[in-house]
Amino acid sequence: MSNLIKFKIDGKECMAEAGKFIVDAAADNGIYIPTLCNMKGVKPKGACRICSVRINGRLMTSCTTPVADGMEIESNSTDIQDLRKSIIELLFVSGNHFCPACEKSGNCELQALAYRYQMMVPRYPYEFPMKPVDASSPRIIKDQNRCIFCKRCIKTIKDETGRSYFVFRNRGHKLEVVLDEEMGKTINSATAHLAMENCPVGSILVKEKGFDTPIGKRKYDKEPIGSDIKL
Amino acid sequence: MIRNPLEAILNSNKREEKTMSKPVVATTSLAGCFGCHMSLLDIDERILTLIELVEFNKSPVDDIKTFTKAVDIGLIEGGVCNSENVEVLKSFRKHCKILVSVGECAIMGGLPALRNGIPVEECLHEAYIGGPTVQLNKDGIMPNDDELPMLLDKVYPCHEIVKIDYFLPGCPPRADLIWDALVALVTGDPMKLPYEVVKFD
Ligand code: SF4
Ligand code: SF4
Ligand code: SF4
Ligand code: FES
Repeated sequence: MSNLIKFKIDGKECMAEAGKFIVDAAADNGIYIPTLCNMKGVKPKGACRICSVRINGRLMTSCTTPVADGMEIESNSTDIQDLRKSIIELLFVSGNHFCPACEKSGNCELQALAYRYQMMVPRYPYEFPMKPVDASSPRIIKDQNRCIFCKRCIKTIKDETGRSYFVFRNRGHKLEVVLDEEMGKTINSATAHLAMENCPVGSILVKEKGFDTPIGKRKYDKEPIGSDIKL
Repeated sequence: MIRNPLEAILNSNKREEKTMSKPVVATTSLAGCFGCHMSLLDIDERILTLIELVEFNKSPVDDIKTFTKAVDIGLIEGGVCNSENVEVLKSFRKHCKILVSVGECAIMGGLPALRNGIPVEECLHEAYIGGPTVQLNKDGIMPNDDELPMLLDKVYPCHEIVKIDYFLPGCPPRADLIWDALVALVTGDPMKLPYEVVKFD
């Protein structure tokens, strides 16, 4: 194919179609770069920065940066690994993540990343912020304690007219992603389930659902996140 | 012939018994549910090896209430929710060479820390006066005996009160993780951390 370009990740020769984002190009070459806010098929937003790599001495988010011919990408050096781990730790201390009591535990991407990066304890002090839980919708529980503001729900959960069920509210420290009160009343079961699935953490829960897969059989019980990416 | 590494540890221990005393372990449950201690017991028949390998001092396991000697390894279950927890934790730090936070409660407060962010007064009111399950407290009495430890403003992770050397996540940590950690600490070998045993639930 004519539009194949060559580039390197941590010194390894790789090939990909020009214009692909670095995360996807890396995956095509069997290299896993962690992502959290990014979702297949959705325009990347570069919100979480977990996918940071170094190109020409600068940190760039690999989910938003297209690969270019001759690019030399640094991904698994100790300091970048530690940067990713510190982002995971910040997310844990800035919310309230009581994994033992979380319906998403075992299937949660944030927790899975913490496992992959062997977070035994965050280096930052726990903030224990007060956050509400909104259970007013007949189908969905929106737990703000666990929201990481990745916008995946906002981008993917829409009605027939293209309106998002989930929206931002407030700014700065009070920023929240909430379920629109009116739309929450009528959200159907399939959409609610999709919302829970698309949320990387346990911030969107379908009512009367949870803990249905036994420990040991959940998505990340046996295999680290990213294990599906190999040649 | 040595069949497994545990026998090797045991044998080397036996040989050195005359000259070397066994490592001493102490354990406690602060604001915890004793699930982490149950998980320690969950090492099954390895418990026999464990009592060959180490000696227990202050611990609910042997019901020794006060430290009687210097301790090598202190295992802490539970976070710090009241003044007594602070005292016990500090005395563990004083008496133990190595302190390990065992379980989510010790590491981050765990379920008791769900009250963090809610004023203590509100919590007590809910528990003793206003809560839907309160029935027999017509006079609205709050526990106020001097003997009772004071509740702290919130539940603290142990490492925010004293220095903690190692952390074993899980609720409770898998028995295999506790076992591996103990063996590693006793033998000085690096800790194995297989993916399946380091979990937060
Ligand atoms: S959302 Fe994930 S990290 Fe947060 S409590 Fe639930 S399982 Fe744990
Ligand atoms: S609710 Fe879930 S999907 Fe939506 S922003 Fe929060 S973490 Fe992301
Ligand atoms: S971590 Fe879990 S098992 Fe251990 S004391 Fe806390 S609640 Fe109990
Ligand atoms: S995955 Fe790239 S910034 Fe979140």
